[in-house]
Amino acid sequence: MTDTLTAPDSLATTPLHALHVARGGRMVAFAGYALPLHYADGIVAEHTHVRTAAGLFDVSHMGQAFLAGPDHDTLAGALEALAPADLLGLQRGRMRYTQWLDDNGGILDDLMVIRSADPAEDGVLMVVVNAARKEADYAYLRAALPGSVTLLRADHRALIALQGPLAAKVLARHCAATADLTFMSAISTRFDGIECHVSRSGYTGEDGYEISVKAVRVRAIVERLLAEPEVKLVGLGARDSLRLEAGLCLYGNDIDTETSPVEAGLAWSIGARRRQHGGFAGATRVLAELANGPSRRRVGLVLEGRIPARAGAPLLSAEGQPIGKVTSGGFAVSLGHPIAMGYVEGASSAPGTAIRAVVRGKELAARVVALPFVPHHYYRGP
Amino acid sequence: MADARYTKDHEWIRLDGDVAAVGITTYAQSQLGDVVFVDLPKIGTQVTKGGEAAVVESVKAASEVYAPASGEVVAINDALEAAPATVNQDAEGAGWFVKLKLADASELDDLMSAHDYQLYLETIA
Repeated sequence: MTDTLTAPDSLATTPLHALHVARGGRMVAFAGYALPLHYADGIVAEHTHVRTAAGLFDVSHMGQAFLAGPDHDTLAGALEALAPADLLGLQRGRMRYTQWLDDNGGILDDLMVIRSADPAEDGVLMVVVNAARKEADYAYLRAALPGSVTLLRADHRALIALQGPLAAKVLARHCAATADLTFMSAISTRFDGIECHVSRSGYTGEDGYEISVKAVRVRAIVERLLAEPEVKLVGLGARDSLRLEAGLCLYGNDIDTETSPVEAGLAWSIGARRRQHGGFAGATRVLAELANGPSRRRVGLVLEGRIPARAGAPLLSAEGQPIGKVTSGGFAVSLGHPIAMGYVEGASSAPGTAIRAVVRGKELAARVVALPFVPHHYYRGP
Repeated sequence: MADARYTKDHEWIRLDGDVAAVGITTYAQSQLGDVVFVDLPKIGTQVTKGGEAAVVESVKAASEVYAPASGEVVAINDALEAAPATVNQDAEGAGWFVKLKLADASELDDLMSAHDYQLYLETIA
């Protein structure tokens, strides 16, 4: 048997490392960090728990930083040169998903941008970037942003996610103000008296929250959440299977500098004003793809049978011509069959198209489907 | 039926007459996690010691299973298709993968006994 998982050695750790180990986390290397792949119950049980109750994830490896400028418009304007979202129009207490683009329209990283609800904090935005990209992102931002904008790393902050249909009920017991937050909104509040930033967001497709808190206080919050009967710890394995079912991109797999946001199906994150006026890195390609359609698109795939097609598996048309490859794939725990995402040429990207995936020399029948595979359950208001 | 022998790659092989059953160890399944599919060879396939005999798909990854000895595949565990979790529940029993008609039963002499395998696990755990 091949040993696909290396034991972590000389890796960075999160502020919850001791808790993961004490609670039976199977620690693996991910983006330079020792993180739990799963705990005692395993990936399937953890995945199902998030879809039916509430799962708690340590995502402290992600890059949290503050960007500070003289005022919101100056700061947002500077960021709009690097990312295609409408950030000038980002309202207080709201957040947006966007991407840093290179001059060719390739994706350097994808991220969240959060604006504080407090008018006194105008001119400050928080960003959350991928762990594997944070050093490169920060160096890029320092070089690319004008002198009036300062990057402040928030390495002293931990980040946890509480995800699932019971997340709101559980969190409200400790932090009543979070009950009325809508999807992609954020507040600064207190969890049993502990100062934290809470956003209603996540990476599972379920309702839920991400909680940013000083590293020295995170264990207290986690212990209190784990004392709730609805909550279980969930590792990286289920984080990946959940986001795949939700049709969400993983940087380095589904998106990278070779893919544009239009090809990746992320055009929804490009602001209407930005489509008209451009003015962001890579705009030439992005606007042309918006007008004419990209030559390839990210699609969802459902495979017949039970063999998963994983990242790198070639994709063929029904006639056997190469049309692309799988970028993420696995077994959909919630659906009971294999699913994948990948890029295919435009002509093959329509839902319902029959194609084939090649796994270990076998050609497996697959069908293009609309994303997500499992419907999102975001809370958009009463 | 002889006692099972073990490889450093966490396969087991158990000889019964001139046919040997092959699977992965209880430790191996615990490392893989939830098995969702086992890609088995066709009956009649010739496998060589150390060569690929099957592929186990868990929720997280695909892992190759190597033949502990050379021989011809004379049976495959069809029941795993409908119930792949058998590998997690009974890895060294009902969760067997293939049966091999061995080319040279003395190849098993190089493999570890159950006792030696337990000692080996202690060195890597």
